[in-house]
This record gives sequence, structure tokens and C-alpha cells, in this order.
Amino acid sequence: MNPETEFNSQTYNTGSYPDENGHFGPYGGRYVAETLMPALIELEAAYNRFLPDPRFKKELHHLLKNYTGRPTPIFYARRLSESIGGASIYLKREDLTHTGAHKINNTLGQTLLAKWMGKKKVIAETGAGQHGVATATTAALFGMECKIFMGVEDISRQAPNVKRMELLGAEVVPVDSGTGTLKDAMNEALRYWVSAVRDTFYVIGSVAGPHPYPVMVREFQKIIGEEAREQILELTGRLPDLLVACVGGGSNAIGLFYPFIDDQKVQMIGAEAAGTGIDTGKHAATLCAGSVGVLHGSKSYLLQNENGQINEAHSISAGLDYPGVGPEHSLFKDINRVQYVAITDQEALDAFSALCRKEGIIPALESAHALAAAMCEAKNRPKDDIILVNLSGRGDKDLGIVGPLL
Amino acid sequence: MNRLKTAFETLAKNNEKALVGFVTAGDPDIDTSLDIIAAMCDNGMDILELGVPFSDPSADGPVIQRSSSRALKRHVSLKTVMEMIRKIRKFTSIPIIIFSYYNPIMAYGVENFQPDALAAGADGVLLVDLPLEESDELTSCWTVNDFSLINLVAPTTPKDRMAKIAAASSGFLYLVSKTGVTGSDGLDTSEIQTQMNILRSVTDLPVCVGFGISTAEDVATVASMADGVVIGSAFERLIEENIDHPELASLIGQRTAEYKAATIINS
Repeated sequence: MNPETEFNSQTYNTGSYPDENGHFGPYGGRYVAETLMPALIELEAAYNRFLPDPRFKKELHHLLKNYTGRPTPIFYARRLSESIGGASIYLKREDLTHTGAHKINNTLGQTLLAKWMGKKKVIAETGAGQHGVATATTAALFGMECKIFMGVEDISRQAPNVKRMELLGAEVVPVDSGTGTLKDAMNEALRYWVSAVRDTFYVIGSVAGPHPYPVMVREFQKIIGEEAREQILELTGRLPDLLVACVGGGSNAIGLFYPFIDDQKVQMIGAEAAGTGIDTGKHAATLCAGSVGVLHGSKSYLLQNENGQINEAHSISAGLDYPGVGPEHSLFKDINRVQYVAITDQEALDAFSALCRKEGIIPALESAHALAAAMCEAKNRPKDDIILVNLSGRGDKDLGIVGPLL
Repeated sequence: MNRLKTAFETLAKNNEKALVGFVTAGDPDIDTSLDIIAAMCDNGMDILELGVPFSDPSADGPVIQRSSSRALKRHVSLKTVMEMIRKIRKFTSIPIIIFSYYNPIMAYGVENFQPDALAAGADGVLLVDLPLEESDELTSCWTVNDFSLINLVAPTTPKDRMAKIAAASSGFLYLVSKTGVTGSDGLDTSEIQTQMNILRSVTDLPVCVGFGISTAEDVATVASMADGVVIGSAFERLIEENIDHPELASLIGQRTAEYKAATIINS
């Protein structure tokens, strides 16, 4: 990591991506079966029609405020910052939202859109279960039928979230094909959607998938960065020097980064999961160690072998355990707007413990990756540098995993 | 020489419809797979769709998913598929279509794909996850016209879109018989007829129908409406059920003959 590197004025203009077919430069697009194309075109038309509608905006705003609990605060992590002895670390508290992670910003938006489109059924894929819980929650709120596809591996390591989804009235469909993780859940959700496309809305949980999902999810998540920008200005009188967020598919990172993208002095770091180390091959560091390909409907960096077969991803954090990444992150990597680093399971666990002990906040293991990258950066920076970390979720769901390890 | 054009002309002359057979290349292993394909050719298959195995076949049902993972266990790649096509060309002159997801093509190299496929003896390619909007990146680097991009048309495809897809296609059009993945049960003949009527009004290309066709009766029904019938999961299911059978190839051959008999129009 080199804090001296500054984003050199690139041609990236926030208004210009994606293009009309959903391309972020060479990435993105719609690589799906023909059966789904008309549904994606219908979705895009509905998105373009309803999002600007003042009544839609009003309903969404009302729910974000009174149901989700927005705005979420930012909090200066004084004891944590002082223990490191470098820059000042601030936390954007997405862990305080209803359901405990940023995912609900997106599911509320998409489920509301489904309602406006007249759809009565929603489906979703989930890895850690946070997106599944958030979708089951908003489906219950709108009285919709809900199916959540989840890999059998994830079902066993995220049992509390499975129970939550069931309590919320959703059907959890176990997926045992492939590796039984998030990518397989997404394959199965796509297969189901192909059969049920005429009356079912697919709520994709990240800035991945075919167009218009990456731009739509960005739209629903950018509230994180919009609030944070205003809050940090009010609290400190200036913009942060560095933003840090974890990147699996990359929705919480895009949500935080996007409203700062034209602030060229604001550096950005995306923390991927290095698992047991990139050199061990057991990781999920798609941008740090992957190559370009097509998976789940869009072109982006992927973990794959020389024949284009997708590799299994590994991370202690189920939410980062994905061999792809949102296409806009691939563009950000190529134009050097965001620096992507890889954080090991152990580094994430250390950051997890540090936040518990120093601040009384139990972070999600996903967010602990961002925290670890921020702590590492903070060391080499002066006290008056401001680092803003997206604390994307709370860690109650991870107690079964960290318990035996800490 | 355009093998697809010749094949459809000859079939029409003989009052037959095309039997299009799909198998995953290298399932259950490369040699057996070649034997199976030879038996299919000997028993009347008119067009071969050779599947490139992919780790994440999100448009396929469980039968083809499992066939794909069996082939991947044998390390079958697009390169292997090219080598297999060279061998298949030695014993047959029927059209061969490479059936794949897009990622293996990208990993192989989009620029090299067409020249290598042509040299091996393939006649075209069908990419399940490369719709009209994205296909330029592949076809814009094609230098030879005599290689077909087979496009899919679905029950959800509106008429104006069907016309655009047809205009960008050659060889034949593949009509997906139902909303669903490969190998789904049940055939909705009135739906197929409706789609066929619309397609006939927008294109003169031959139309082959696939998805959910598994019995000789199904084949006869679909053959009465379309120019060809695609069978995939039914062959793969037979392979799977008889994977250790010493006469696996001739079992597939027998089934091929049954299907082929159903494509002959008695008038």
C-alpha cells in the first residue's frame, strides 16, 4: 500500500457509466440466457420509470428512515485509533440498521420496485445469510412470497440466519450443487428465475449480476456514502483522507465510495479476503489475484483456471466467499481509482477482536476485513488523517465461527 | 461448403426433419464420448451439438450439470473439444456445432476461437449466455462467413426481438420450447406452435426446437411443427443411467435410431 499514490485525473465521470447496455468500460453487460433478456429489459424500464417518481422516492425514504433506522451514525473510534497510534478511524455504522447490515438498503429498494411492478413473488441468493435475511424481511413487510437460495455449506456455518429467514416466512432452498456456497446459490437462483421469470422478481444482493443490477444496487446503496459525506463534513469540517470497505461482490464498498468518486483527494481501499493467504490458493481475492471473464451475467474479474472454469473461493467470512466481483470494481481497479488489498482470515480475526475490546462493537467478519486494512493504513499516517471505514454489518451471526478461534 | 445449409436442403428434399443431438464432450470420458458420437452418427443423427463442460452451468438442469462435472473430472477443456472435433470429422460429414457458455471461449481467446474451430471442422457455435446485445465482441473478429452463430429464441422473446435475433443469425434458429432450464419435464405443444407461427413470419431460417423433448412421441410432435428437434438431457440421462454398461455407445445408437425414425414425415 502506498499512501502517496494519488488518483490521477482520469476520464472517469460518474455520469457516464454504465452505458446503455450496462457496460462499465469493458466490464458489466448482460451475459444471460435469452429467456431472461426480456425480463432484464422490463426491469430496466421499470427502474428508469419508477425511481425518479416522487411517490416512489417518498415511500422509499419513509421506509429507510422509519423502518431501517437511517441515517446510521458515524462514530469516532477513539480507543481503537489511540491504540494504533496513527490516523483517526471513523466508523460508518451500517451494523445499526434493521437486520444488522447494509444489505437492507438494497432489498428495501428492490422489493419496493417489485411491488410497484406488480410482482408478488421474490427470490434471492445468499452467502452469509445477511442478504437472505434482508430480502425475507422486506418480503414480509410487503406481504410477498419469498424463496432464498443458499449453499449447503453456508447453511451449516450461518445457522442463525437460516432460522431468521424461516421465522420471517421465507422458504430457504438448500443448494448442494458445485461447492455449496454463494456462487452455486446464485446459479440455482438463476435457474429458478428462468422457470418462474414471468411472475417473479429476482433480488440480487450485490453490485454484480447482469445489467441493470450493478447500477440499481449502487443506486440503492449510495445512501451510505451520501450520509457519510455529510456527516464527516459536519463532524470534522473536511472530507476523509481515506475510505475503506470490504469487497466480496462489492455493494457496501460501492455504496460508500460512489458519492466520493469525484473527490479526487479522497483515497479508497477495497479489502478483499485473502483467506489463508493468496499463495495458498485458498482465498477470495478476485481483484488482487483473478483474471477477466464472464460469470453470473456480467464481465468482470474472476477466480478461474486457464480453461475458464471457475475456482472455488475461500474465506472465513461467508459474505466475501465469492469468486466474482461487481463490474464497476473491475473498472475502478483498472483506472486506479480504488486500491484493492487482500486481508487474511487471521488479520480479520485480529481486527474483529480489537474492535470488540476497544470499542464494544462486535463487527461482522466481512467488515472486520475492512477494519484490518484500515488499521494497517492508520499505523503509517498522522493523527489528523481521517480514515472512514464502512462497518457494513454486525457480528452476532459469526459467533459460531469466531468462538472456537478466539 | 456450408454443411448446415446442405443438411437442411437434403432433409427437406427427403421429407425429413433434423435430429439434433447434444452430448457433453468427454462424458463419461473422451474415448467413450467419441464412441457414443460415432454411434449417434451411424444411427441417423443429422447435426451434432457438442457441449463444452463448464463449472457453473446456470442455464442447465441437474442432468447436464452432472454430465458437465463428469467431463471436468476428465479435464476436458475447449482445447480438448477442438481435438475431439478433429477426430469426429474423420468419420462424419454432418454439421458440428460447439455448444458452450461464454467464459471458456474467453479463456481460450476470442480471436483464436473461430479460426481454430473452423480448422478443426466445426460449423458454428451456440453460446447460452451470449445474447444478441453482447455477441458483437465475438463475431466482430470473425473473418470467415461460413461459420454460424446459432442464436436462441425463448418463449419470453417478443416478436420484434425475434426478428432482430433472426437477422443476426445464420444456419438455424434454436427455439427454446419453454421457460426453464434444460431437461425440464413436459412439452407444451400449443406454446411451441404459437412461437413457431411468429418465428415463421419473421424469418426464413430453419428452426430447431429444444428443451424438454425426451420421447420418440415428443420428437414426432415437434417434428411436425419445426425443421429440427434437439435432444440433449434425454441422451445425457441415458449415459448417466448406463455409465458402466459395456455397450453404452450402442444403447445411445439405438435410442438415436428411434428418435430419427420419428423425424421422418409420413405423407
